[in-house]
Amino acid sequence: MSLSAKGLSTDEIFQVELTVNGERREGAVEARKTLADFLREDLALTGTHLGCEHGVCGACTVLVDGEPARSCLMLAVQARGSAVLTIEGLAQKGELSSLQQSMWDNHSFQCGFCTPGFLMQITALLEQSPNPTEGEVREALSGNICRCTGYQSIVKGVMAAIASSNPKDVS
Amino acid sequence: MKPPAFAYRAPESLQEALSLLADHGDEAKVLAGGQSLIPLLSLRLARPTVLVDLARIPGMASISESDGWLVMGSMVREGHAERAPLVGRLAPLLSAALPFIGHPAIRSRGTVGGSLAHADPAAELPAVALATDAQLVATSAARGKRTLPAADFFRGFFETALETDEILTEIRLPPLSEGTGVCFQEVARRHGDFAMVGLAASVRLANGTIADAHLALTGVAPQPIRASEAELALIGASPTKAVFEEAGQLATRGLTPPSDLHGSSGYRTVVAQVLVRRALRVAALKAGADYEELDSGRGDLR
Repeated sequence: MSLSAKGLSTDEIFQVELTVNGERREGAVEARKTLADFLREDLALTGTHLGCEHGVCGACTVLVDGEPARSCLMLAVQARGSAVLTIEGLAQKGELSSLQQSMWDNHSFQCGFCTPGFLMQITALLEQSPNPTEGEVREALSGNICRCTGYQSIVKGVMAAIASSNPKDVS
Repeated sequence: MKPPAFAYRAPESLQEALSLLADHGDEAKVLAGGQSLIPLLSLRLARPTVLVDLARIPGMASISESDGWLVMGSMVREGHAERAPLVGRLAPLLSAALPFIGHPAIRSRGTVGGSLAHADPAAELPAVALATDAQLVATSAARGKRTLPAADFFRGFFETALETDEILTEIRLPPLSEGTGVCFQEVARRHGDFAMVGLAASVRLANGTIADAHLALTGVAPQPIRASEAELALIGASPTKAVFEEAGQLATRGLTPPSDLHGSSGYRTVVAQVLVRRALRVAALKAGADYEELDSGRGDLR
């Protein structure tokens, strides 16, 4: 059956309403527009970086309803009604989150391209499990690719953030 | 790396989704979690005219128990299943396999039904469905529901028994018999990659001998396969290293795994043999086999 006979069209425009970093945002997109492109092009939130655009590198990771998701593997229309958190939402009132600060202090970045994805992935991990082991951190980060650091400084920054938010018992 | 244009619908009822598929046949494609389909679109390896998104249909992501069976809607996210205590209790083999799928950000979107219907020859869940004798429920507007045993579901390279007007709506895993141990193992180049070879295994022991064994291999053929010859040979045998070694040989008899730059056919064959031996050992120990009797305790296993 032809598309038009069923009221379908490949260039139909869809209204997308969602919450991004706590703010209600909306836009009008073709169905084929990925969430990553919607965030970057329509909402001008260019902190979400696109590395591979097919779900391999993890740079575009954002949180959708609290869970990590690769925004290049999601269509903007799929995110209608969701709450999305991007790298722009981590710092509050100009103050870095404790994870961001710890990664800054530990030189966890070099070129910084992959950093937003790493930060979002670890933010998701720490929300689910606030005191993970280094093994769990490495496991959680295994889907994020960094071509500069060799990962050691990233893991160091994350472990330092975990240590500072889970002070040891001093009894 | 932008998907080609397509028409899109996110129906709020299964009937509506089924009627879209009935209208558009193989021009339409079902969108579940999208973790395989969206890259295929971006790479333009798939060019469906209509995408039917199942995410807004209520009730398709439920996990429940019925007479000891684990019953899952096909839209259950892999990450959700991974954390669901009911899945761990009723289907430990599924629980064991889920962490091997991609990465956390993939599993939080990817669905159990999507992985089965996509039928990647190296995917984990098809092997689990096969090893557990899962039942897969396919629904169409024209013919209603039909239940397919996993053994009839996987037909070839990315090919299943689903007709173009059907949706995989439910997955049912039977209860484990008393005395059963399970193990999932795989070898991949990098953590989170598709397996070069993977294995879903279960062993049931009765009075110290093997009463039943299920072995499903992934990555060695166009579709996941049961190692039936090895399974038959295991029944009645004692759980020993020599028996498991022999099972590995039998499991790969007649197989010609694919060769690619990650590993030759011969390499995959050896990996399959090793995985069979390892997984049987772990499953047998979980089923209560005597560690000392099984081997000296040394060897290549954790």
